[in-house]
Amino acid sequence: MAKTLYDKLFDSHVVTEENGTALIYIDRHLVHEVTSPQAFEGLRLAGRKPWRISSIVATADHNTPTNGWDKGLSGIADPVARLQIETLSDNIREFGAKAYFPFMDSRQGIVHVVGPEQGATLPGMTVVCGDSHTSTHGAFGALAHGIGTSEVEHVMATQCLVQKKSKTMQVVVNGILGKGVTAKDVALAIIGKTGTAGGNGYAIEFAGSVIRNMSMEGRMTLCNMAIEAGARAGIIAVDDTTINYVKGRPFSPKADQWEAAVAYWNTLHSDEGAAFDATVTLNAEDIQPQVTWGTSPEMVVGIDGKVPSLEMAKNEVQRGDWERAYAYMGLTPNTLISDIQIDKVFIGSCTNSRIEDLRAAAAIAKGKHIAPNVKLALVVPGSGLVKAQAEQEGLDKIFTEAGFEWREPGCSMCLAMNADRLASGERCASTSNRNFEGRQGQGGRTHLVSPEMAAAAAVAGHFVDVRDLS
Amino acid sequence: MQAFTQLNGLVAPLDRANVDTDAIIPKQFLKSIKRSGFGPNAFDEWRYLDQGEPGMDNSKRPINPDFVLNQSRYQGASVLLTRENFGCGSSREHAPWALEDYGFKVIIAPSFADIFFNNCFKNGMLPIVLKADVVDGLFNQVSVTEGYKLNIDLSAQTITTPAGEVHPFEVDAFRKHCLLNGLDDIGLTMQQQDKIKAFELKHQQAQPWLFN
Repeated sequence: MAKTLYDKLFDSHVVTEENGTALIYIDRHLVHEVTSPQAFEGLRLAGRKPWRISSIVATADHNTPTNGWDKGLSGIADPVARLQIETLSDNIREFGAKAYFPFMDSRQGIVHVVGPEQGATLPGMTVVCGDSHTSTHGAFGALAHGIGTSEVEHVMATQCLVQKKSKTMQVVVNGILGKGVTAKDVALAIIGKTGTAGGNGYAIEFAGSVIRNMSMEGRMTLCNMAIEAGARAGIIAVDDTTINYVKGRPFSPKADQWEAAVAYWNTLHSDEGAAFDATVTLNAEDIQPQVTWGTSPEMVVGIDGKVPSLEMAKNEVQRGDWERAYAYMGLTPNTLISDIQIDKVFIGSCTNSRIEDLRAAAAIAKGKHIAPNVKLALVVPGSGLVKAQAEQEGLDKIFTEAGFEWREPGCSMCLAMNADRLASGERCASTSNRNFEGRQGQGGRTHLVSPEMAAAAAVAGHFVDVRDLS
Repeated sequence: MQAFTQLNGLVAPLDRANVDTDAIIPKQFLKSIKRSGFGPNAFDEWRYLDQGEPGMDNSKRPINPDFVLNQSRYQGASVLLTRENFGCGSSREHAPWALEDYGFKVIIAPSFADIFFNNCFKNGMLPIVLKADVVDGLFNQVSVTEGYKLNIDLSAQTITTPAGEVHPFEVDAFRKHCLLNGLDDIGLTMQQQDKIKAFELKHQQAQPWLFN
């Protein structure tokens, strides 16, 4: 019978199954400082050890500061944050890991940037992490999803996860993306269509010519946002783009295993005629650069659009949501998106902090300067290696000459656990993934955009259509 | 884990869709390395008028009188009634920890975000999916009836209203079994360790590069 990629990945990891509840084996466990301390404590209290230390790759990212690194750990002003970062180091020292990139290591960074960069994420793997954006790793034809801390402990202790099979949704995007339209815009356009609950209960497979033509970094951006459509996992079939990206990375299979690995990876696609429980189709030509206007990623329109009016709401519940969003965002219905002025810009996060993102933003910022009304424009590379690469290419200079701040790697203002945050009422063009109330700081107002659009907004002081810039 | 069998609990209505885990427990409280004590900061940004930080004496903070859970009639509620896609966003288990610590044992909604839904069961909480029109009806009844309680029976898989109306609900058999008996998942899985070892060996032979 023709199988979907999801079926292949799931079925090949089933240890045992009873009445539809399966125990699936986990190949890679990514660990960070925020969702792991209670799990390690649980192991300690029960006298348990990790089942397979070589599956664990850890780094500190959520809490780490993006400046003041010359002062080391003591530069972390918040003692609670410092304790959490130190606790991760203590736990890894006590329990072990295949690799650990602690605060300020040259390879430290956002766990979803570091994993693929190191070749720690491979096609065909099951990947988990106590972080919802673990869906990112599905870009490699891996079954990857976020888990809670109890499950982090469960995976550490047993190398397995209790799972029921998800339904499958195929999202097909065909055609050719216009100039200035990126993977981020595709992701937001999909969420605009499905809603943030549209993918609940599903694993989404992204397919179509747009995805086939997308780079691995673009695919990671797309799968990263699958969770914002409600799907725990987003996956993309393996092709030469995948294999070429993986080749030669530190933890990738070496010469003697490479051929066998590639032969297996080439089977990781949905079979011809495989049935999906749902299918969503988009045409590339219909997708414009996207800007969110509200407090959920589904509250999104094209750059030439307006804040929608209440008559367009589909029901009473949505009307209520929109009314609250107008008030929180300080916007009135029918405001042109291009009329919205911004106070801050954030270029970074596990969605958009890789080298291609930084190159694209730098290309817009080059030779220009941020607008006088923009108080702060942050560029936060996804990892130490991304930062080094960008500096080698001179991107840091382009940004700093344009008035942006060039920071150290980490999650930063995507969730504002460290000192990088919005003040109440401040409005931000952000390349991150969530525009929830308070996400980037209490009272802060987030508009999600692509790196190009964020850089263009920084220069103009308000949202502009990146396609209009030459 | 604490078992859950039956509850006759006061219902608090939170009439919003897409309540995300950032709203349930804002990020500044995730710096804790403990799994308890999050209750006073559940819904922190809606619940208080000032900006909350870890270590504050929450009893001295200004309360937002407009936030529904602050109304005196909902004090002591153990059932949260809410709208679709509850718990979307981050996988932080701090969200169910905060709700549980606040006193909620049951959450009723037309739909839940997957990771949050799963996390509830790991903490002795029961998330219940009911059809949107049934949830609408419950919202109406709660708003007009002070002290409105629902009786939730996990074993029978029923919710009974004060008027005696019975709404059946679905729950996965394995999760139900674990909740009813307060079973620790890890302990159960460890009983399968021979199977895990056998799988691992076969898996390693097939894809040795995964075990480098």
